[in-house]
Parts: sequence; C-alpha cells; structure tokens
Amino acid sequence: MHALIQGIILGILTAGVYALMASGQTLIFGIMKVVNLAQGAMVIFAAYLSYQLFASFGLDPFLAIPITTVVMFALGVAVEWCFLRPLRREDKAELSLLVTFAVALLLEGVMTVVWSTSVRSINTSYANSSWTIAGYQITLVRLWAFLLSLVALGVLYFILQRTGFGRAVRASVQNPESARLLGVRSEAISALGFGLGSATAAAAGSVYGLLYPFNSGSHYDLISRLLSIVLLGGLGSIGGAVIGAVIVSLSSAIVAATISPVWSEMTFFVVLLLVLIIRPRGLFGVASRGAI
Amino acid sequence: MGAKAIGPARGAVFLLLVGSLPFVGVQHWVLNMLVFTLMYAAMSSAWNLVGGLAGYPSLGHAAFFGIGAYIEAIWFQHHSVVSGYEPFYLLPLVGIVGAVIGYPFALVAMRTRADVFAIVTITLLFVGQTLAFNLTGLTGGAQGLAIPPAPFSADSFERPYYLVLLLLLAIAMGVTWLTMRSKVGLSLSAVRADEDKAAAIGVHVGGVKMLTFCVSVGITAMVGGVWAAYESFIYPQFAFDPLITIGIVLMTFLGGRGTLWGPVLGAFVLELAQQYLAYTLGGNEYYLIAYALVFLVVMLLMPRGILPTLQARLRSRRRRRAMPDDPVAEPAPPPIGSAADYAVSIPAPNGSER
Repeated sequence: MHALIQGIILGILTAGVYALMASGQTLIFGIMKVVNLAQGAMVIFAAYLSYQLFASFGLDPFLAIPITTVVMFALGVAVEWCFLRPLRREDKAELSLLVTFAVALLLEGVMTVVWSTSVRSINTSYANSSWTIAGYQITLVRLWAFLLSLVALGVLYFILQRTGFGRAVRASVQNPESARLLGVRSEAISALGFGLGSATAAAAGSVYGLLYPFNSGSHYDLISRLLSIVLLGGLGSIGGAVIGAVIVSLSSAIVAATISPVWSEMTFFVVLLLVLIIRPRGLFGVASRGAI
Repeated sequence: MGAKAIGPARGAVFLLLVGSLPFVGVQHWVLNMLVFTLMYAAMSSAWNLVGGLAGYPSLGHAAFFGIGAYIEAIWFQHHSVVSGYEPFYLLPLVGIVGAVIGYPFALVAMRTRADVFAIVTITLLFVGQTLAFNLTGLTGGAQGLAIPPAPFSADSFERPYYLVLLLLLAIAMGVTWLTMRSKVGLSLSAVRADEDKAAAIGVHVGGVKMLTFCVSVGITAMVGGVWAAYESFIYPQFAFDPLITIGIVLMTFLGGRGTLWGPVLGAFVLELAQQYLAYTLGGNEYYLIAYALVFLVVMLLMPRGILPTLQARLRSRRRRRAMPDDPVAEPAPPPIGSAADYAVSIPAPNGSER
C-alpha cells in the first residue's frame, strides 16, 4: 500500500512535466495540423542547452529557462520556415510527419556531434534533497518541476485566452479559412505557433535534464510517450493533453510500484490501444476531423 | 503502358540480371552492399502495399523486421545450425507469425487514419524495442542474441542470403503487381481516395486493409529473419531501429509510392549510395546529419518521387508532340500513386482530411 501511494505521488509529479511537453505538441497540431515528431528531440536539445549553461557558467537550470525559451522559440520558427512552409497543402499532413521525423534525426545528429553519446545529467546541489511527509518521500526537484510546469501551462493558457495572438491562434484552429478571410495572417500564426510549441520544450527540457540522465538518443523514448499522451487526450486539445499526461504517468508509476518497472515502460501503449479501441479519436478529440 | 506481357517480362529480366550477379565474380564488398540493398528493396515494396496503395503511412514496419529477427534468433537458441540453410526453412513460419502478430494490432491501429495511424505504428516500434531490451530471459536484453554462423564457404558466403532476399523481393513485387491488377487493388485505391465513401458503396474496406497489412508485415518479418541469420548477432537497438523505418519510407517516397518499380528504384539509389559512402568515408557521427538532410531535400524537392515525376513529364511531352499547335494541352499530373492504368476516377474527397 505504501509503495502504491508513493507511486501515485511520483506519478502526479511526473505528469506535470509530461503535460507541459505534450501541450506544446498538441498546440502545434491544433494550429498547423502537423504532428511534430521532433518535439522529443527539441526537449532533449533544450536539456543539453541548460546542461551546458550549468556546466560552463554555473547557471541554475531553473534560471536558464528564459534563455533556452528564446533559443527554442527561434529554432521552432526556423524549422517551420525552412521545412514545413514549402510543403504543398494537399499532402501536408503526411509529408510533415516525415519531415519532422527528419528534423528529429537532424537534431539527434547535431547533438551527437556536439555532446557525443555519453549519458549526461545536471547535478545541482539540491538534486538529491527531499522532504519526507508522513513517511512518503517527495524529491524537491520533482516538486519544483511540477510547480514550474503548472506555471508554464498557466502562461500558455494566458497567451491563448487573453492575447490578440492567442485569439488569432484559436480562430485558425477552429476554422482556418474563415480566420484568413477575417484578416488573420495564417502564415505568421503558423510560424509563431510552431515557435510557441517548441518554446514549451525549453522549460520541459530544463526539468527533464534535472530529473533524468539523458543522451542524444533519449528523444525516441520521450516521443513515444508524448505521442501516446497526445493521442490519448485527443490531438489538438490542450486540456486533453494534460489529462492524458496524468493517465499515462499515473498508470506507469502504479505499474512500476506494484508489478515491475519492466512493464511500466509499455503501460502507456496498452492504455493507448485500449482507448483507441473504444474511441479512435482520443478522449477529447474533435469529431470534425473525420474519423481520427 | 501497352502490351500485357511487358510488365512481367521486364520483371523477369530484372530479376535474372540481378540474380546472376553473385555468379559472375562480383567482389564481396559489392555483394554485401547489394544484400542490404535487396533487403531494403523487398521491405520498401512490401511497405508500398500499405503506405502507397492503401494510403496508410505505417511507421512501424521496423517493429516487424525486429520481430522476424528475434523469432529466428530465439529459435536457434534451442536448435542447431548444421547445413546453414535451416534459418531459411524457418522463414515461412516467421512470415506467418509476423502476420499473426500484425492482425490484432492492425485491427486496432487501422481504426485510425493518416497521421494518427502513423503515430500508433511508430509507438509500436518503440514498444518493441523496449520489450527486446527488457525481456532479458527471452531476448538476452542489451547483450543481444547470437545465431550460430552458417558453415558456408567464404568464397560464396553472401550467395544464399542474396538469393533468398531476391526471392522475397520477387514475392513482394509479384504481390504488388497482382494487387494493382485485381479487385483488391481497386478497393485499395478507393480506400486511399475516400475510405468512408468506399465503405458506403460496398467496398469491403476492413477486409482489404487487414489483408494488405498482414501480407506486408509478413514479408517484412521474413526480411528481418534473413537479416538476423546474415548478421548472426542481433541487438535490440539494431533490430528495432527507427532508421530502418525511415529508410523504408524514404526509399518508397524517393522512387514513387504507389508504383510497382518506385520502391525498388528508391532502394537501389539510396541504399547503394549510403553503403558506398559508409565504405569510403567510414561511419562517423556526421552520417545521421547527412541522412536527415538527404531526407529533407527529397521531401521538399520531389515529394511525389522520381517515377511519377518522370511519368508526368514524359506524358506531357508525348501529348505536346501529338498536338503541336496547342501549347495549353499540358494535362494535370495524375494523383500520387494512381493505381496503374485504371480508368476509374474516384471522386475527390470533399473536406475529409486525408
């Protein structure tokens, strides 16, 4: 029982981080109808950036987030501009999937060249400190990561709900043609939206680097989880992404705590298949996208 | 394309030519390159059935490659290799097991379409890799599994693998050819154009999709089995390798998806170039960057692939020659991977996102 509750605590704390990563992914899909397979690689890239800032200048990963956010935003805009914009509209959905996969490989290659494949981790002075409450251990880093993710999600929510840019984004998600007719510059929205989506990878990357050791190949593990979360919640729905993250991390943590860590690695896949059997478009997916 | 006999004749000449290469004193390193090329040609052709003809972009075919490789490897943990041909006798079983595993998976995955289908299948690939790493009792985990090497003479070591892979390629191409000329192919192109309408007019949508997927992954699993026997040592990260999926898809896209010869052409161009570069430059960390860049360039410059682009150009030139006075006679290029020469036009999908 103790192990189960400890697993649930861990699962909820981890869910925050995954929710942040997945919200960027689902935002990009919502705006552009592009499934960004490079989201995992972007998170790892941001993790490397904050690793490097910490190793070279002693900058705390949490404080490095503004810097990495700017870098990741620029990277996202550049990727959209170079690789996604030239695609023709009729087969964009399919081709963009392959193009972002290639971008993921490109990033992996660059990271391998710059940082080699040896496993890195960000070892801050507080990396191993924890609180014990009623016999349950809460690692401080995880708690801070969780809170940070909540803040970042709040900022994202604010941008989408309360700013002119956010309104334009939501309009393009709901009906791209009408939005364009009403003067929304859809190309700029696409670029900025992709930038915003990859900017969420910055905060997520700092946190990921603090929580887990990583190398350039880690993005494969990450992307499969992210994709399951996003599909589970329904593509394009940020609320769905948060709930998907909670379901996936909770079920993984519970399986790890009660059955075996070996099986927790694929719990999310079983959950995903079960949801797809009942509801192919995901929990909160929009029906208007045909049968997906 | 005119006479009916031209297609099969062209295929037979190609297979005979390629098949004769190991017997005319081609050097070992070239043969080794060709073994990998045939491997990818067979898998791309098989992928083309699902990704090209049915329009379901699977990114999980490498999972079945890995499954095939591990079936071979696990079998020969308990059986011995005497003549060296035993791994080949096992192949039909490997193909059947691959298809049987693929069936329930496709039953769920094919409820989704296009991008979501791609995501579900690629997740299968990563889960397969995780399983291969973690089920140490069965797969040996990160230590990998060894298959006892075949006692073939060093002079002609590649020959049996080469020929078996060529046979698998012939099967994949034969299946494609037959599919494109049968009701199944017609149903598939209806599914690709607009699945809901196809189902509404009575196409047995579920059946043809499942059949195609199972055949496709069965062939892919058999290629994986041959690969395992050829390498004689397999590791999870190479058996379940995202780069294999990418290779298969990229080659099909490069050559032209939905065409009979496109995947083969793509594999011969890309895999030969890649193997040659690896031999001359040696594998280093820039390899991944170069590969990704090639991929991006192909996607951006030739999204329809070599063969459809050439065909469209030839057709427009022929038509221009037929009607020299009419400069506006440029016909609209056929849709990507139009199934051979069917004169059936399928209504364009309205508003449905495919």
